[in-house]
Amino acid sequence: MSKVMVCIKRVVDYNVRVRVKPDGSGVITDGVKMSINPFDEIALEEALRMRERGFATEVLAASIGPADTQQQLRTALAMGADRAVLVQNDGPVEPLAAARVFLKLVEKEGPSIVILGKQAIDDDNNQTGQMLAALWDRPQATFASKIEIDGKVARVTREVDAGLETLEIDLPAVLTTDLRLNEPRYVKLPDIMKAKKKRLDTLSLADLGVTANPQVRVLRTDPPPQRQKGVIVKTVDELVAALRSKGLVS
Amino acid sequence: MGEHGHGKLNASTAKCVTCARSIAGAEIVIVLLGADTAPAAAAAAQLAGVSRILRVDNAANSPPLAAVLAPQVAAMAADFTHVFGPSTTFGKDLMPRVAALLDVAQLSDIMAVEAANRFRRPVYAGNAIQTVETDAGARIVATVRTASFEAASGGGSAVIESRDVRAHLPQHTRFVSLSSADAGRPDLQTARIVISGGRALGSADNFQLLYRIADKLGAAVGASRAAVDAGYAANDMQVGQTGKIIAPELYIAAGISGAIQHLTGIKDARTIVAINKDSEAPIFEVADYGLVGDLFTVLPELERLLG
Repeated sequence: MSKVMVCIKRVVDYNVRVRVKPDGSGVITDGVKMSINPFDEIALEEALRMRERGFATEVLAASIGPADTQQQLRTALAMGADRAVLVQNDGPVEPLAAARVFLKLVEKEGPSIVILGKQAIDDDNNQTGQMLAALWDRPQATFASKIEIDGKVARVTREVDAGLETLEIDLPAVLTTDLRLNEPRYVKLPDIMKAKKKRLDTLSLADLGVTANPQVRVLRTDPPPQRQKGVIVKTVDELVAALRSKGLVS
Repeated sequence: MGEHGHGKLNASTAKCVTCARSIAGAEIVIVLLGADTAPAAAAAAQLAGVSRILRVDNAANSPPLAAVLAPQVAAMAADFTHVFGPSTTFGKDLMPRVAALLDVAQLSDIMAVEAANRFRRPVYAGNAIQTVETDAGARIVATVRTASFEAASGGGSAVIESRDVRAHLPQHTRFVSLSSADAGRPDLQTARIVISGGRALGSADNFQLLYRIADKLGAAVGASRAAVDAGYAANDMQVGQTGKIIAPELYIAAGISGAIQHLTGIKDARTIVAINKDSEAPIFEVADYGLVGDLFTVLPELERLLG
C-alpha cells in the first residue's frame, strides 16, 4: 500500500499572453483560460507512472483554490488520478500557507511520496515543495528529471546549474518536477466521463486548522520595461563591423 | 548565503552582495557552509562592502544538500534581519527550506530593492513585475535574481571567523553523483559573451558551428529549451525562465525564434544579436542587431570574419 499525493495549482494557461491591468492592481484573469500548472501536470504524469510500475496503489490529487479549481481536479481525475481533494479558499494562499495545508493532508493521508511542480507559472515562486519538506522534516529532491524508486529509497536525478546531480533519499519524501521528467499523456473522452464518477472531496482551511495569514503584500503590478527594437543588418560583414565599432568583439 | 564549490566562490555571491548593499545601513556578512571553506572565504573577504565572513566547516556540508544546510542557516538567522541567497538552483533549493524552518515567507527573485522591506520581482515569466512589501521588522528570507545586479567589486577586507553551529543534521538525504557537461568552457552565467542555438540547428553535431565561434570569442554556449528538449544540447546549457537567466555584454541567438520564456532569460543582456531565417521571429523585436539568413551560411561566415 503506497500512496502518492500530487499537488496541483490552477493557473492561467501557459498559452495565454498575460497582460497587466492598466491600474497596476494585477494581471487580467477575467475570461482567461485556466489550466493545471504545467509542472504539476508533469508531477501527475509521474505519479501515474509510479502506479503503473506497481510502486503506488493510489494517486491522490490535491489542490488549494476557489471552487472553480474543481475543473482542474476533474482533469487530473480524467488523466488517471484515483481521488481528489480541494481545499477551497478564495483569497491568496502564499507558499508557506500552502505547505501547511499540504502537511495537514499528508498527516491525514500518509503518502510515501508527495510530488509537485518545481514552480507555478503564475507567481514563479519555486517554494512550496521545499517548504513542505521542511515542515514535514523529510527529504526533498527538487527539479527532478529522473526518478527511480527501490523499496523505501528513491534515487532522483536533478537538473542543477552545474549539470545533473543524483541524490538518494529515504521515503517518505517530497519531489518537485522539472520539464524533462516526462511528457504528460493526453486525456481521452471516455476518461472524462469516468472522471465524473470519481471522488472529489472539498475541505476548508478551517477544517484543517490552517489560516492563510498572508505575509507579503503586492503593492503594484507593472508591465516589464520594453527593449527598444534595433536595426536589421543585411550582411555578416555589416554585423561584425557594428559589433567591432561598439567594442563587443575584437 | 555564499555559494561555492571546489574551493571557488560562485560569481552569484558577489551579485547578492550588491543587492544587500542597496539596503540602507546594512552590515553585510557572508556565511559559507562546506567541508573546507578557507579558499572561498579568502575570496569572499575581498568583496567590497562585506564586514565579516562566517565559516561553518563540517564534512556533512559537502557536497551541499538543502536538507542538511537549512537547519544550520536557520539557527544562524537569529542574528540577521535579511537572509539572502542567489536565485541559482543552489539558492532556490535551500532558501525556501530555511524560510519554512523560520516560519516566515520567502521572496523569490528580487530584482530591485526599494526599501528594507519593499522589493520588485518578476512574475508570469517576466511578463509582469510586482512590487511587494513585508511587515516592517519581520525577518526577510529571499533569493536574489543575480542577472539584475552587477557583481560587487574587490578591494574589501572582511574579517573571517569560524563558527560551530548546533543543529540536528538529517541522514535521510545522500549525495550520489554530479555529472557535468562542462568541457572547460566559460561559465554561462558569468561569460561576457554568450552564443546560443535553437532547434533550427537541427542536430547536436551542428552545435559545433557555435562552439567554433565561441572558441574565437571566448564565449559560453547556451541553448533554447527546444534545442535541449530535442537532445541537441545538455540541460545545463538551457537559457530562459526555466533554465539560466543571464546578463552578458553580448548575446548572440542563432536559430532561436524567441519564445517569451527564452526572452525572459536574456532581457538583461547589454546587446542582443539575432540570426534567424524567419524575418517575423519574435526574437527580432528585442534584438539590437538582426540578421535574416540561413544559419548554415551565416555561422561559418561569422566564424571566418571573426578569425
